[in-house]
Amino acid sequence: MSAGKPQPLVVAHDLAKTFDVSAPWLNRVLERKPRQLLNAVDGVSFEIERGKTLALVGESGCGKSTVARLLVGLYEPTRGGLSFDGQDAHAAFKSPASQKMRQRIQMIFQDPYASLNPRWTVDNIIGEPLKEHGLIHDAGELKARVAELLTSVGLSPLDMVKYPHQFSGGQRQRISIARALATAPEFLVCDEPTSALDVSVQAQVLNIMKDLQRERGLTYLFISHNLAVVRHVSDQVGVMYLGRLVELADKHTLFGNPQHPYTKMLLDAIPKMHDTGRARTPVQGEVPNPLNPPTGCTFHPRCPQASDICRAERPLLRDFKGIKIACHAVV
Amino acid sequence: MSLLQVNKLVVEFPSRHGTLRALDGISFDIAPGEILGVVGESGAGKSLTGAAIIGLLEPPGRVASGQIVLEGQRIDHLNADQMRHIRGRKIGAIFQDPLTSLNPLYTIGRQLTETILAHLPVTPKEARQRAIDLLKDTGISAAEERIDHYPHQFSGGMRQRVVIALALAAEPQLIVADEPTTALDVSIQAQIISLLKKVCKERGAAVMLITHDMGVIAETCDRVAVLYAGRVAEIGPVHQVINHPAHPYTAGLMASIPDMDSDRERLNQIDGAMPRLNAIPTGCAFNPRCPKAFARCSLERPELVNAGANRAACWLHDGSAA
Repeated sequence: MSAGKPQPLVVAHDLAKTFDVSAPWLNRVLERKPRQLLNAVDGVSFEIERGKTLALVGESGCGKSTVARLLVGLYEPTRGGLSFDGQDAHAAFKSPASQKMRQRIQMIFQDPYASLNPRWTVDNIIGEPLKEHGLIHDAGELKARVAELLTSVGLSPLDMVKYPHQFSGGQRQRISIARALATAPEFLVCDEPTSALDVSVQAQVLNIMKDLQRERGLTYLFISHNLAVVRHVSDQVGVMYLGRLVELADKHTLFGNPQHPYTKMLLDAIPKMHDTGRARTPVQGEVPNPLNPPTGCTFHPRCPQASDICRAERPLLRDFKGIKIACHAVV
Repeated sequence: MSLLQVNKLVVEFPSRHGTLRALDGISFDIAPGEILGVVGESGAGKSLTGAAIIGLLEPPGRVASGQIVLEGQRIDHLNADQMRHIRGRKIGAIFQDPLTSLNPLYTIGRQLTETILAHLPVTPKEARQRAIDLLKDTGISAAEERIDHYPHQFSGGMRQRVVIALALAAEPQLIVADEPTTALDVSIQAQIISLLKKVCKERGAAVMLITHDMGVIAETCDRVAVLYAGRVAEIGPVHQVINHPAHPYTAGLMASIPDMDSDRERLNQIDGAMPRLNAIPTGCAFNPRCPKAFARCSLERPELVNAGANRAACWLHDGSAA
């Protein structure tokens, strides 16, 4: 940790999370079934610089959300580690002073209908983290701070006395952003924050998130399956497939000159707005069962460039022309 | 002659606090073999329009006025029994979630043959063969074997293929597809959309494709209708509506979609949200959010008029109607 050189704020090193999805003990004994382990995230490494946005994209089941939960400490990693601002984050989450670390890392969830308590008023929802972390004790001060947070996400302080059901989806997502901002965090993990919203409302929420990043120097991990949204918000993009990163590059390189066959396939699968009637060439096949992943490179059954080595040997994420990529055919 | 005509369709929901008008005078038609996209934000009335056409409005919702005409026959006032002969036979339906549109307790073969036997004069053996052919057409490999599997043994994309086979089982002329790809991943979405296009073209079936994804509309449809607050805001050929929108709402909607080809620091946003059914503004329902609104917009309600190649319900185009 040399002083002067900018340290990345978040460093994930070989993060992995394995879930035990075995049948109950009695079934295993009677039916002679082995234990079954699901490698949801299988060795993911990345760095995020302060004030930047890393986006993770991939199809359902590729482990994006598990990475998000690992980063905020909702899951404990099976392997690997996470360092935040030079500290071991998971050690900090377990220590008595875990609140300090939790204040600095907050999360925005996908579904604004499920992530707000329907029986609480907005001032309780946004005020809870302030009280819980012991940041504010005085009732008047709390009200003023909640009002300030509501204003910062484009809502009115008068909305404080309302309940979540009195808001539209976009407004609820703003409440959830205000709650995440309450402890003045440096790092926000956003798990599909606009997937449940309509496009015009999605634009409002994305604009607010960008404004807040500029004003407060926030660092984001942005998870989405929508590549157009990712292209709009991110600085760096990581593409995940079956629990591993297959390509990690800055946004312009990734979208302008994708290298990994899977990235190319994903980009090709997006319907183009101004290219009406254009037929896409759909890629055959589906994401394999993660309980029984293919050998070697897990993408090889769908890959047009697959060769023998792809079936036998798993490619590692390597540096290649300024990007990171895991592919035998490219490197 | 058009296959389906929807004429000033009004759907109402009586409630304790008065009657809510969810669809307020929707008119459009679909030609044989045509793919019409219906797009709009949540609550615009897309799915309700589809449900009204296939006769599956949930009570207390009801068609209050207007007509739905299929091949010259009015179908909006048929009773449940008469409608049952039309649904499946003349209009097929595909819904968003393939898991809920298949019965988990029956094999897919049983569900397919049941539909075929109910509508077509064939023997059970012929029906089974037909079901296998349908599965092959929708790209399910080893159809002879897969036909005896249960829905849970299929992946999401495969299930949606089965649902498409089910919708096509009795050779309907019209398919109502309500968000058929929303629950699927992008790579699977591309497969399903191209399949839907292919099988409908081969059979000459028209499709009403309901979705909120403009990208899907752009590459699939011939024409598109943009719905806002229970009314058609704009309707026209798909490339015209996307590239030269005539209604300010359509223009705002197009500009708010993050684009793969441009680098904008901020997305265009339409401030506010779609009004609730009990608080639809007078005049044009879009006027409080419209950047081009003028006095007349909050007083009088615009009807669809010609606006270039499109038809738009907007006072800005009033001159061209005269």
